[in-house]
Amino acid sequence: MFEAILLTVITASTPLVIAALGELVTERAGVLNLGVEGMMIMGAVCAFAATQMTGSPYIGILAGILGGGAFSLLFGFLTLTLVANQVATGLALTILGLGLSGQLGEAFVGQPGIKLQPIVFPLLSDIPFFGRVLFRQDLTFYLSMALVVGINWFLFKSRAGLKMRAIGDNHASAHALGINVIRTRYLAVMFGGACAGLAGAQLSLVYTPQWVENMSAGRGWIALALVVFASWRPWRVLAGGYLFGAVTIGQLHAQAFGIGIPSQFLSALPYAATIVVLIIISHNRRTTLINTPASLGKPFVPDR
Amino acid sequence: MHIELEKRARVSTLFSIFSPLLALALTLVFGVVMFWLLGKSPLGALYSFFIEPLLEVWSLHELAVKAAPLILIAVGLAICYRSNNWNIGAEGQFTIGAITGSILPVMNPEWHSPMILPLMLLMGMAGGALYAAIPALLKTRFNTNEILTSLMLVYIAQLYLDWLTRGPWRDPQGYNFPQTKSFQMEAVLPEVLSSGRAHWGFIFALVAAVALWFMMRFMLKGFQVSVLGQSERAGRFAGFSARRMVWFSMLLSGALAGLAGISEVSGSIGHLQPSISPGYGFTAIIVAFLGRLNPLGIVASGLVLALTYLGGEAAQLSIGISDKVSRVFQGLLLFFVLSCDTLIHYKIRLVLAGAKAAEVRS
Amino acid sequence: MKKLIIALAASAALLGGFSTGAQAQEKKKVCFIYVGSRTDGGWTQAHDVGRQQLDKALGSKVETPFLENVPEGPDAERAIERMARSGCDLVFTTSFGFMDATVKVAQKFPNVKFEHATGFKAAPNLATYNSRFYEGRYIQGQIAAKMSKKGLAGYIASFPIPEVVMGINAFELGAKSINPDFKLKVVWANTWFDPGKEADAAKALIDQGVDILTQHTDTTAPMQVAAERGILAFGQASDMIAAGPKTQLTAIVDTWGAYYIKRTQALLDGTWKSEQIWDGLKDGILTMAPYTNMPDDVKAMAEETEAKIKSGELHPFTGPINKQDGSPWLKAGEKADDGTLLGMNFYVEGVDDKLPK
Repeated sequence: MFEAILLTVITASTPLVIAALGELVTERAGVLNLGVEGMMIMGAVCAFAATQMTGSPYIGILAGILGGGAFSLLFGFLTLTLVANQVATGLALTILGLGLSGQLGEAFVGQPGIKLQPIVFPLLSDIPFFGRVLFRQDLTFYLSMALVVGINWFLFKSRAGLKMRAIGDNHASAHALGINVIRTRYLAVMFGGACAGLAGAQLSLVYTPQWVENMSAGRGWIALALVVFASWRPWRVLAGGYLFGAVTIGQLHAQAFGIGIPSQFLSALPYAATIVVLIIISHNRRTTLINTPASLGKPFVPDR
Repeated sequence: MHIELEKRARVSTLFSIFSPLLALALTLVFGVVMFWLLGKSPLGALYSFFIEPLLEVWSLHELAVKAAPLILIAVGLAICYRSNNWNIGAEGQFTIGAITGSILPVMNPEWHSPMILPLMLLMGMAGGALYAAIPALLKTRFNTNEILTSLMLVYIAQLYLDWLTRGPWRDPQGYNFPQTKSFQMEAVLPEVLSSGRAHWGFIFALVAAVALWFMMRFMLKGFQVSVLGQSERAGRFAGFSARRMVWFSMLLSGALAGLAGISEVSGSIGHLQPSISPGYGFTAIIVAFLGRLNPLGIVASGLVLALTYLGGEAAQLSIGISDKVSRVFQGLLLFFVLSCDTLIHYKIRLVLAGAKAAEVRS
Repeated sequence: MKKLIIALAASAALLGGFSTGAQAQEKKKVCFIYVGSRTDGGWTQAHDVGRQQLDKALGSKVETPFLENVPEGPDAERAIERMARSGCDLVFTTSFGFMDATVKVAQKFPNVKFEHATGFKAAPNLATYNSRFYEGRYIQGQIAAKMSKKGLAGYIASFPIPEVVMGINAFELGAKSINPDFKLKVVWANTWFDPGKEADAAKALIDQGVDILTQHTDTTAPMQVAAERGILAFGQASDMIAAGPKTQLTAIVDTWGAYYIKRTQALLDGTWKSEQIWDGLKDGILTMAPYTNMPDDVKAMAEETEAKIKSGELHPFTGPINKQDGSPWLKAGEKADDGTLLGMNFYVEGVDDKLPK
């Protein structure tokens, strides 16, 4: 029973974790992209369409990543090259993404999807409990774990990551040091878009292998919340994503057990929990300030 | 080849006026191509989008109905954003305002006093302000990021409304369907003119816009908002309290969102139900930026955005353009307006790769 | 200003590209307002399929424009008014949340006819129509009791409105007519439409031990989950067999088309009048998808029940029925009246859930 619930939680949490990790990198570079929902849904429709046309969910995954990444370029061009306001552009990106995905996906509605199958590690997968939970998952789960480790290493152990954090903290002085602010930010925005696209692909290929309009149903917004919740730390994104997934699934089980609490209150639990944990984390003013990218959301124009 | 920006010495007056027109022109060009590719008559589509909704009196009323909550919320948010407080939970404050404003008519359906309406409006404002006080408190007390807390509170508010209208506040004579009793006559916000549906909410929006424009332009408070928004340090030197500004801007925007909520419920719907807003609180954020965070600009941008909603419907009905295409078109318009505004502050230059190399050499 | 607008309008008209009302006069306009996307795979799609059937049947005499994704709330009134003004002769508003807006617009336009789905407010030019979905739920319950090894089914519910509660009760009554100890677990997803959440609810129910799944939400996600986990399930609103070829037992299919054709024909004949219509299996407003993935005897039983309901021999809510707490509701042989059903806010005995109030 516990194992079964855990497996459900993993499926529910993986897209949140992946999208949030992408946005984390974007924000570490000092860019606030509120269009995660729009990029996610674009990834979902691209992945589904490519899978239906080629028969291979792996090509679908690739298409989701490329779709999300390409769509984020629109945001990048407006906010980085033309220094348009990031908050407004991000929201507009979501409006556009929801409309465009609906239009692109119209031909695919109602088609039964092809599910991305788990990759089973021989021997390891035979370990009781852990084998089933950790070594019989699909590609997106492994990617989400690799992303946590990889991004953590990149941000805190690599030179390029150090430069990126410098840009996020103070783009003017990073520029003065000769770091190419705009180019790095373009890469960070595209990485965020690619991750959102991958998360979308997980939705339409793993979570529920089908395409329907608006199928992301607000998960992009939750991913955004997770980034701040995690105070821009990859491991905390992982923990937060799983906490959120666990509360969401837990309330359904609580209902099935017959706990007589209005279901709206149970549905509100994950959001309330996020606020509470957020207060606990941000209570310590200094640690929050250390992790927050100081130039987040501020426009940058190199002067010559 | 790439694009370079050069900051203008002064804000370009020419482009302040010209950039929205340029954006509109670009949108029209793109729209023509898009509609043509979809096999729809481009001129017919553009006519339905931008002209048809303006031709009839009832439709102009509808424009005001749609624009009122957007403007009312957006002017409050503009003050928030100008002072560097990022309230993106107006949707939640709108919802709570609608709930607290509806307490009187729901609890006392037999109370037929002219006092009820002003009280409802005040309670709506108070509710919205109190709900915005939560992120304000968390920000000032615990330094919690208000973007996140205000956003989370949106979901909680919506679920609370859902529970109320399906549970304790449900109309006992309504076959258990999720809505409250229809408000009594005295609790309904009256229409401004007899020729259509536009109600006093639109007047509130205009008054709020003018008042806040006046404040930003001529009052010390407005100056505080600008200074603290540009630099908290500079504000401190001037003796302004950033903490008090958090409270001021959040409560103000919350109260206006709450007023929008109760106006919408009392003026346009007439009872409380689970879904009362098609995302006004979020759309208002775009409206605020399209209006360049200027209260008067927001009146214009609110009307334009409302027009695209009405136009999308007209286009769907008269020439069968799907609502998804309308949304794409709306998105395009937003992108063009946002990018053309760059011209106000910057000169744009195309730099060819060769030229750049030459520049470095010299 | 007005002159300018007229000039613009005239020039736009000259440039062509849109038709004025002149030649549209001959055909009647039958208009539809949808709350969701017409490709949502569930509720709205079922209505749109009905509209297309109408188009096919009477296309030479009527036009069928529609507005989709119209939010319930202030936008609904504008959208309905726009339809009335655009020359619609008959307007179908296809969501409960459009009720008050439809009433208001119907008052303003006494010459236009309106029909509101699933509501209860009528007027001389405003009819209401609904479908006795519970008849299908009863058959599903009987099949579930035959097919379930554990005597335990799971029900993914949307919101605790009477229609949903009625469906849960009918399912349980059907099941109990076969297996008196049959239990039903309910999970409220609090959404009509969120494939992820519906799938999660399905998984939670399966993990709690149910081996038959039914849903009152709109997407095929629960059917997919059931297929994956190798249990059986029922489809909702549309035939969902494509999502679970080896899983779907049957589905309640909303077949509004027959109704739309009937009412439009009445409009054309000049015999349309305002009625409160609550049609069932016998009228063809809902049909059962083919009975699949079950032995022949179960199939025969289902078909027999369906025939009995159609002939009026069987009413799913016939006493003796106790309420959930064991207190009596209907005496032996007594049938529930429509008013009680339409306002149903209690469970019958055997439902393993506390009804959200």
